Amino acid sequence: MSKIHVSTQVNGDQVEFLCEPEETLLDVLRDHLNLTGAKEGCGTGDCGACSVTIDGRLVAACLVLGAEVEGSAVETVEGIGAPDALHPLQRQILQHAALQCGICTPGIIVAAKALLAQNPDPSEQEVRYWLAGNLCRCTGYDKIIRAVLAAAGEMRGENP
Amino acid sequence: MRYVVAKDSREVVDLLMEDKANLLLAGGTDVLVRMRLDERYPDRIIDIKKIPGVAEITEESGGFRIGAAVSGAQMGEHSQLKALWPGVVEAVELIGSTQVQGRATMAGNLCNGSPAADSVPAMLAAQAVARVEGPEGVSDQPVLALLDAPGQTKLGKAEFITSIFLPARPNLAGDAYLRFIPRTEMDIAVASAGVSLVLDEAGIVIEASVALGAVAPTAVMVSGAAQALIGTRLEAAPLQACAAACAAACSPIDDKRGTIEFRTKVAGVMACRAAITAYQRAGGQP
Repeated sequence: MSKIHVSTQVNGDQVEFLCEPEETLLDVLRDHLNLTGAKEGCGTGDCGACSVTIDGRLVAACLVLGAEVEGSAVETVEGIGAPDALHPLQRQILQHAALQCGICTPGIIVAAKALLAQNPDPSEQEVRYWLAGNLCRCTGYDKIIRAVLAAAGEMRGENP
Repeated sequence: MRYVVAKDSREVVDLLMEDKANLLLAGGTDVLVRMRLDERYPDRIIDIKKIPGVAEITEESGGFRIGAAVSGAQMGEHSQLKALWPGVVEAVELIGSTQVQGRATMAGNLCNGSPAADSVPAMLAAQAVARVEGPEGVSDQPVLALLDAPGQTKLGKAEFITSIFLPARPNLAGDAYLRFIPRTEMDIAVASAGVSLVLDEAGIVIEASVALGAVAPTAVMVSGAAQALIGTRLEAAPLQACAAACAAACSPIDDKRGTIEFRTKVAGVMACRAAITAYQRAGGQP
């Protein structure tokens, strides 16, 4: 079986890779590009742990073939913040203790960032609905929602 | 498996005519799940997203043509489409999570053939028409005519949907879709209803269509329920007659999501509530 050559942008860098037609974008990110931030929870689009954006659109990377991202711009959690310069979402998740095992966290950060990009001042209900496809089995969600709302406030320049 | 990006619809039809196991890929939110769960891959997966126009919403004759690869998120962001067919858009937006909305398509929802597909009753109520390309050329077929059985449509060999057309409508018109699920998000309809109404200046219903989902092997149109609403302002008696007609049209299954009895009753409740919302959207005061 011949591999497919794909040329795309990941977190702003031009990237080329070879993949099998069956491989998902999640397989490609984790196994070929060494970007293991996106997690495989279910592999069937139910859990949101593999959330990434393609051309700004939030998707589950397990429901996209690697070959489909030719010519696109993919953003993963690795493109958000840096160890010495955390994104407000990352900082607020830490401050609110909004994670325990951490498997869902990258997906939640990517999904929440996509929400705040189009709605900088979401209500609690809007955050809950937007993140309904990001499952967390540890925290009970409340701290996550509060962390996202706090990050939104911080990004709007409001004092905590 | 081979991955093929089709340049135009002709190429898709030619590929489908060959004696190979093919699957079409638009949003992929059903296709990729099925391939993975069954561990069965086709000979070829044909990506239709790069066909010109297929990922776009275009205005046409006062209505909107929704390309087969248009995502739910795109539909939700289109304010004119939402204003014309709010019920269809709300039905599509109920499918899956935000992540799924980024990819899932209305045409794919139809082709997946689920009796519980959220967009299908809304499309039936809207009298949506699918544009089908096939070996014989292009044809326009009512969505209703394509419904067949769980997991399959009446599309013929080498036929595929390139777009779905939602027609123009008068000013005093509205539609709505409602479903019952045991939680608030992320579930499959236990019973659902799409209703579209046109009113006259006096607020009397002059045209109606009512469709139900998840209560029969395919979504069903219930003309008796529509008839019950025509000539009324949705008073208690016509709504009761509408619910009774819906119950009579149900032939659901018992499963973990709901019993036959429950589905049969709830289908009518959904239809009446959707009718009231459609009526209000049309400018009526029930």
